[in-house]
Amino acid sequence: MPLTRAVVEELARILGPDGLIHSAEGRLVYECDMHAFYKGAPDVVALPSDAAQVQAIVRLCRREGVPVVPRGSGTGLIGGAMAPAGGVMVGTNRMDRILELDLVNRCATVEPGLINLWLTRAVQDRGWFFAPDPSSQMVSSIGGNVGTNAGGPHCLKYGITVNHVLGLELVTGAGELVRLGGKVAERPGYDLTGVAVGSEGTFGLVTAVTVRLLHVAEAVKTVLASFPDIEAASEAVSAIIAAGIIPAALEMLDDIMIRAINEGSGADYPKGAGAVLLIELDGPAAEVEAQAARCAAICWERGALEVRVARDEAERALLWKGRKEAAGAVGRLAPTYLLQDAVVPRSKLPAIMRELVAIGARHRVQIANVFHAGDGNLHPLILYDDRNPEELERAKAANEELLRACIAMGGTVSGEHGIGLDKAKNLPLEYADADLNFMYRLRGVFDPQRLMNPQKLLPSHPACGEGFRPARPRLPDGAWI
Amino acid sequence: MPGAFTGPDAPDLDALRTCVHCGICVPQCPTYRVLGQEMDTPRGRVYLMRAAAEGRAALTEGFARHLDLCLGCRACETACPSGVRFGELLEGTRAELRRAGPSRRHRLLEALVLAVFPEPARLGAALGLLRAYRRSGLQRAVRASRVLRLLPGLAAMDALLGDVPPAAPLPELIPARGRGRGRVGLLTGCVQRHLYPGVNRDTARLLALAGWDVVVPRAQGCCGALELHAGRTAAFRDRARRLAAVFPEDLDFVVTNAAGCGAAMKEYGEWAPETAWLAARTRDVTQVLAEAELPLGPLPAAVAYHDACHLAHGQRVRQEPRALLARIPGLRLVELADSDLCCGSAGVYNIMEPEVAGRLLEWKVRRIVESGARIVAAGNPGCLLQIARGCRERGVDVEIVHPVELLARAVDRAR
Repeated sequence: MPLTRAVVEELARILGPDGLIHSAEGRLVYECDMHAFYKGAPDVVALPSDAAQVQAIVRLCRREGVPVVPRGSGTGLIGGAMAPAGGVMVGTNRMDRILELDLVNRCATVEPGLINLWLTRAVQDRGWFFAPDPSSQMVSSIGGNVGTNAGGPHCLKYGITVNHVLGLELVTGAGELVRLGGKVAERPGYDLTGVAVGSEGTFGLVTAVTVRLLHVAEAVKTVLASFPDIEAASEAVSAIIAAGIIPAALEMLDDIMIRAINEGSGADYPKGAGAVLLIELDGPAAEVEAQAARCAAICWERGALEVRVARDEAERALLWKGRKEAAGAVGRLAPTYLLQDAVVPRSKLPAIMRELVAIGARHRVQIANVFHAGDGNLHPLILYDDRNPEELERAKAANEELLRACIAMGGTVSGEHGIGLDKAKNLPLEYADADLNFMYRLRGVFDPQRLMNPQKLLPSHPACGEGFRPARPRLPDGAWI
Repeated sequence: MPGAFTGPDAPDLDALRTCVHCGICVPQCPTYRVLGQEMDTPRGRVYLMRAAAEGRAALTEGFARHLDLCLGCRACETACPSGVRFGELLEGTRAELRRAGPSRRHRLLEALVLAVFPEPARLGAALGLLRAYRRSGLQRAVRASRVLRLLPGLAAMDALLGDVPPAAPLPELIPARGRGRGRVGLLTGCVQRHLYPGVNRDTARLLALAGWDVVVPRAQGCCGALELHAGRTAAFRDRARRLAAVFPEDLDFVVTNAAGCGAAMKEYGEWAPETAWLAARTRDVTQVLAEAELPLGPLPAAVAYHDACHLAHGQRVRQEPRALLARIPGLRLVELADSDLCCGSAGVYNIMEPEVAGRLLEWKVRRIVESGARIVAAGNPGCLLQIARGCRERGVDVEIVHPVELLARAVDRAR
């Protein structure tokens, strides 16, 4: 149901003349996030400039029963920032201030629209950084990172977004402005910050985030090792972890990905290798030196074709630029792809990679791989041409099979991208009915009318929020178990 | 619904599909930084273009507005990991918008501006009038009146032009000094020729000093960059062909000292294949001088280098001008934050869209003040005009020059 004129006028009063978009072009470009497969245009887009406006929007929408969809930079990969039921999309782009830098207490309070990397840029001269580093960090907003509980290459050592959020200011779906957590990490009562991080806007809209800042390590070294195949590289990953080394990051790329990246950023990854490992070590200089030598030796032992250490900051930055732009560089290989971020226990890496190859062959689709090998967080990109409906069907079938294979190995459907519209249907693969029902009731506490980001995160269910009874999915024939 | 793009220069759907919607371009886009909305980002604009090509969007006034607001700075191309050629897509779409005909007011003003700027003779005549007008004291009277407020484009043009120097044409051949390296042509440009004749003089002098015979064809016209950016593709092709006919084909290089001209000329081959030879031989002056041995005397000063968009993003030339400046004894290059964020000049953008251009200029001047530089160097006359205006209006005491002017001064000091 489109918005009534009265509601639109009231929104315009709240937001001012420049803060509300309802043109055809505006609604069109806001219809999807990076996962352009899922489209749903909002009726209007609100671009508030402070928490008071956000609260007024939510209260109005609650009164009128209008869905509210949050959006940061639109870099999500799960069909999260799109409006399947229309309504008001709230873009945080103009709420991008740093509200407080409190370096003595190692934290900062920022508005949700602030771009992740801009926070680090604001404090790096003084030797600090914000640890969560999703590959989209040069674009994605901290609010979006909080919503999806984003990870990133350096989360192997430093933890994911939830480990770096001390407190939140949130306008709940009920229209209240509440503060969860705060600067002091030790607090009495429920850890509501932990509950709200990763809620993908289904609890309400975050209006401020207090995050932990970390000191830049004394030394950092990035080692690049190439291998004849994914299996040898996977063995090296296991050996490094088994040696008691926790690299800051441990990333793997396959041959298809190496080709795309070399064409894109000119990162100059070794040509012709079957897999590349990017190993980053940080900490006290002496320790980093010793660990880098140790990692290099392990890679040689496991059959590395080449091992090289970035000589300077420029070379290191270039190696990382290649990795961070991987998902974009794939545009050079295919116009569209399905990207998963399923997880397997690290020990299963060689097995799942073998299975991936088999799945690709079975469905005749090309699968490119770039992933956080250190924590078993896969990122297979299933390439397809969306002009060919039959190819899309094959890609989707491969995708489903892959998720099931990961679950069968004891993994999960998503490591860091979130669930959104894309994977909501897959949650029953790993949660029991009782677990899902409990999540529904929890959501109802924050958002009693279920207007906040509808159809995302939780699978669809009978309207009352109880009695969720999905059919037990059957593993398809031939799935690796 | 059939696709809205039907003309011969319309963007190719396959080229539009190179964009995977990752958004890495978004924070690099000056209009996003000012307006903070998706329609005014490269990702949003490509999405609109693609929707038009696929028949999901019509070429309405609203559609045209978001494409008109683009500066064409191509910072998105530098950022893009997928290699989307945004500049070409924009030019092709603007060609379609010209055919479809929305946004009459914008296109009228554009036609007026384009009737003057790319025509060296007309621009010269217009500037002659401006000189007379300023001498007569009329300027003060007009500025005091409300006339300029009614014509924002005219007001922007008036504010932009500082002192207009007298015309000073170069000889048609400037012979190399010392050991000869070869023969180059010099594009004198439209704006450069009339507003910065000193830059052309210094360029020719430095090239000769570096061992190049410099050929300056008197009959040369405009490179057509402004027309290309406005989507007047037929006029642009025409200019390309005429320019290619004026320069001898046996030149080693054709040198430009205006980033906008250089970037457009380097793309001639894409639009008019018979002029590809000229595209292949076009070089920015800093590229040609990078290897040269120049006698440089001391020039003690703190200098900030501003990356002209069509040099840094359009031609991927960033290091050469910095390296050249760093060779001057005593000259200290200071860090300029966001040095490659557009200053708002963007061809005739500051005349067409004074509001957005003004915000960008405000930021640029603030960064310059923070840098502590006393001199700002930039390789494009549009940037020089725009930044000089921003500093003048805010009482910021900074000198704005082309890098070749600093090099020429250093050469003078060496003697």
